[in-house]
This record gives sequence, C-alpha cells and structure tokens, in this order.
Amino acid sequence: MVAVLPSTGSTSGVVGQRKSRTGYFLLLPGMTWLAIFFAIPFVTLFLTSLQAPVAGQSGQYVPAFQISNYSDALVEYWPQFLRSFVYAGIATGLALLIAYPLAYFIAFKAGRWRALMLVLVIAPSFASFLLRTYAWKTILADEGFITSFFNYLHLLPDDRILNTGIAVIAGLTYNFLPFMILPLYAALEKIDPRLLEASNDLYASAFTTFRKVTWPLSLPGVVAGTLLTFIPATGDYINSELLGSTQDRMIGNVIQTNFIEFRDYPTASALSFVLMASILVLVFTYIRRAGTEDLV
Amino acid sequence: MRWIRRNLLGVVAVAVLVYLFIPIAVVAVLSFNKPEGKYNTSWNTFSLDGWKNICGVPGVCDSFMISIRIGLVSTLIATILGTMIAFALVRYRFRGRSSTNLLIFLPMTTPEVVMGASLLALFLNLRFPLGEITIVIAHIMFTISFVVVTVKARLQGMDPRLEEAARDLYAGPRAAFRYVTLPLVAPGIAGAALLGFSLSFDDFIISFFNAGTVVTFPIYIWGAAQRGIPVQVNALATLVFVIALLIVLISQFVGSRRRKALENDISKNPVNIDALLPKS
Repeated sequence: MVAVLPSTGSTSGVVGQRKSRTGYFLLLPGMTWLAIFFAIPFVTLFLTSLQAPVAGQSGQYVPAFQISNYSDALVEYWPQFLRSFVYAGIATGLALLIAYPLAYFIAFKAGRWRALMLVLVIAPSFASFLLRTYAWKTILADEGFITSFFNYLHLLPDDRILNTGIAVIAGLTYNFLPFMILPLYAALEKIDPRLLEASNDLYASAFTTFRKVTWPLSLPGVVAGTLLTFIPATGDYINSELLGSTQDRMIGNVIQTNFIEFRDYPTASALSFVLMASILVLVFTYIRRAGTEDLV
Repeated sequence: MRWIRRNLLGVVAVAVLVYLFIPIAVVAVLSFNKPEGKYNTSWNTFSLDGWKNICGVPGVCDSFMISIRIGLVSTLIATILGTMIAFALVRYRFRGRSSTNLLIFLPMTTPEVVMGASLLALFLNLRFPLGEITIVIAHIMFTISFVVVTVKARLQGMDPRLEEAARDLYAGPRAAFRYVTLPLVAPGIAGAALLGFSLSFDDFIISFFNAGTVVTFPIYIWGAAQRGIPVQVNALATLVFVIALLIVLISQFVGSRRRKALENDISKNPVNIDALLPKS
C-alpha cells in the first residue's frame, strides 16, 4: 500500500537516463504479462458480454452481437449500480474526514514518530481483510455497545446497524481508509511548513490558513485518495455480503453471483464492462488534470 | 480540558489509529474464545483450543499452505518482472512511455471484481483449466504494478552519480550494478516483495473468480463465514499479523540505526562527494 504514494516529480530527461535497446528488453516480459492477462481480458470480456445463449443448454454461449444484453442487465440491476455509487460515495466522504486529521498530524506534527505512525497505518492490512470485515459483525452487533448507544439517541431507522446499509458503509469506510491516508500524507508532506507560518504571520486565522493554503496545496492528495478509495469501494462485495442484508447488495455481488453461480457470463460481463467504463471516465478526467507520470 | 483542546489534533490522530486496530483486536481476542454456538462472534469463555491445536480443523492448514505457496511463487515472479520495468522507467528512454505508464497504473485502479471477471472470461474462452496456475497468473498480474511503483520510488531517490563514480573508478557495468546499484536498491525490492506477498496472500475476490476448486486461505474463510469460522482461523490470522508487524518494525529499526551510523561516519570524516565528481 506504500505503492499508492504518488511519486515525486517527473523522470523524463533526468540525468543518467540512457537510450538503448536494454530499456525495451527490461520492459518486455512484465509488460507482455500485463498485456496478455490484464489488457486482452477486457477484449474477451467485451466479446463475452455480447454472446447469446445456446437454447436448452445452460452455461453455454456462442459468439453473437446481442447489444440487448446491456440494456437487459441495466434494466434489471440499476438499483444495485446506483447503490454501489452511493455507498462508495458516502464511504469515500467519511474516509476523507477521518483520514485528513491523521495525515495532517503525521506530516506536520509527528516528528520522530512519523515513521512508526506510517507503519501503523499500513499494519492493519497484514491481518486478513475478510476477518477484519467479519469482526465488524461483533462490533456492530444488535446488543453491542455501539448499536445500544445510537438506539439510546434514537438515531437508527431500523433500531439496528448490522444487516443494514449503515453497516456496509461503515465496513467500506474502514477497509479502504489507508488508501485515503497515504496519498493525503504524501501531498501534505510536500507542503513547505514555512508557507503555513507565513500565512499565520500575515494574521490569517488557523481556519483561513487551512482554507486558503493547506487545503488547496493538498488537493492532489485529496483527488488521488478519493479515487483510490472510491474505485475499490464501488466494486467491493465482501462488505455488503458479510455486513448487509439482501436489500443492501451492490454491483459486485451481482457480477459475482451471475458469473460464478448462475453462469450467466454475458450479463455479468456486460455489468463488469459498464462498471469499468464508468470508472475509466473518472480516471481519465483525473489524468487530464495530473498527467500520467505523477500517477505511477 | 484545556490540554485536550490544545492537543485536539493529536488526540484525533491517535483515535483514528486506534480505530484502525479495533477489528484486529476483536479477531485476536476471539481467537481465545470458546464460542457458544457455531458462530464465533461474541465472547463466551476463555479457551486455548484455537492455539493449542491450530491445524485441528480439516482444511484450515491445507488452505493456509496453498496460500503461502501461491504467495511465494507469484511474489518471486512479480518482483523480478516489476523490478525490471522500474529500472527501464527510471534509467532508460523509450517510445510509448505514457501508454506504458497507463498499463501499469490501470491495474491498481480497476475494481478487483472487474479484473477477476475479465480474466475468468479469458480462461473460459480459451478453455484453460482453472487451478493454482490460474491463481498465480492472476496474482502476478495485479502485483506487478505495486512492485514497479515501490522499486521506482527507491530508484528515483538514488543519486545516479554514485554509479557514475563507480564507472569512473574503472568498474565495468556489471560490477557497478552488482556492488553499487543493487545494494542501494535492495531495500526497495525487499519492500516491494513484502507488499506483493501480503497482497497475494490476502487476495480474495480475484482468486475466487479464477480458483476453480482450489481453496486458498481467504477462500476458506469466505466459505466458513456462512457456517461459522473456526477459532483456529482467528489464531492463524493473529499469528500472521504479529509476524508481519514484527518484520516491518524490525526492518524499520535496523534501517534507521544504519542511517544514523552512516551519518555519524560522514560527519566524522567529511568528504565532499561533489568535489570528487567531474563537472558535467
């Protein structure tokens, strides 16, 4: 997860860059792997999404050009699509609120604790994702402390958290938080603290300094963190399956059941393709702002 | 009260860190539980069953070993391929840089469910049998990018003049690579391998799509979640977490000690490296 930290500056034209065939030789095996097992599968996914069923044989499909697979899939599953974007959107907003103070503290105030705190941000991912998600079942249980507290305040519409959308959003927020913290930290850490002092010297209040100096300078981190949280959260189906009810299913659940249980490959492929297309639109808007070199 | 107001930011920061560890504490505590029914979700009575007989439930340790094996093989290959790409990106000029960058960036931002589904679509259309090999192929595919980014960051932070100095002192390209470049990049490669292994070991979604009948550790947990997760799984996961945390903390500690020793060394014997290098 360290990897999601945006790199510093551009490399093109840096001292020590050579032009020779060795460069291509170094790229070839890895990029071939990515081409065959990442890029080409999108072509097969697209072709599969247009296939037509063989009459009388379930799970058997022939190449075709059934555009109706898309409209049928979207008509049937648009609520799950919408729900995915809403849940992921809320979780991303909450993650930003939770992550920002921690990232700010690590960047400006942590001093010699900085390295340790960064390790502690990454450390939770050493424990199984599934078990950590499952643990929220215990934390948010009906008779548990948190549910009782919110019930005491009469804040819960269904008098419970587990098996509702709230639990799914809570799980998503928790699970993808490090993806928000690390890019935020990377952006904040690059800010010269003297800029904040200067703003302070010029009689800006702490709030104005934040609004006019810190926040705008941290925007690259905010954009990167939002994307890196929102994208995996949209496609996730573990939180919905373990913490939600059948009313809270997201698009990932639909793709998974259609692909693996119903063997309805065309519908599942069409849904995956639409999901990917909507996400690519997001990513390309971002690339237009930041350039590719800063992303990798 | 005033103390809290003055240190509000620090209090919030620590609270967020604690929040990150709450579910892990739950997993660890429940590994010492003797569940009342089949679901190990609430505390009943203390028991060491999960720890004393850690392989006691059929399938737990088998799936654990399968995940270790898949993790080691895919990490080895992904680390080699990713390191090569990182070197090419930092040290060489070539055509198609932006599309290369894009192909490395996209796997990190594609939802796992889409990668899993599309790879399965490829294997189904090719009638390629699903099993450990297809899981390894998938894991290499999605870890390469993370390796590239990690090693690249390390390479970019390295002074290229160190290698030039080695070459000026009549080291051949191989010797310069072996004795200067590699030792300097090694921590980055090690970090990338550790990251790759943890990604592979913990992956569920992509593996589930491409596993066929193979049961990895996360796939075992997923299946067990429906009928009750045995305490042994909590014990194993806690063990993995503690070991991984120790590895990272120790390497951090050793790294900072070494850096301090080096700084001491330089401050005692001041050498101006810039003065020794030819002006370019």
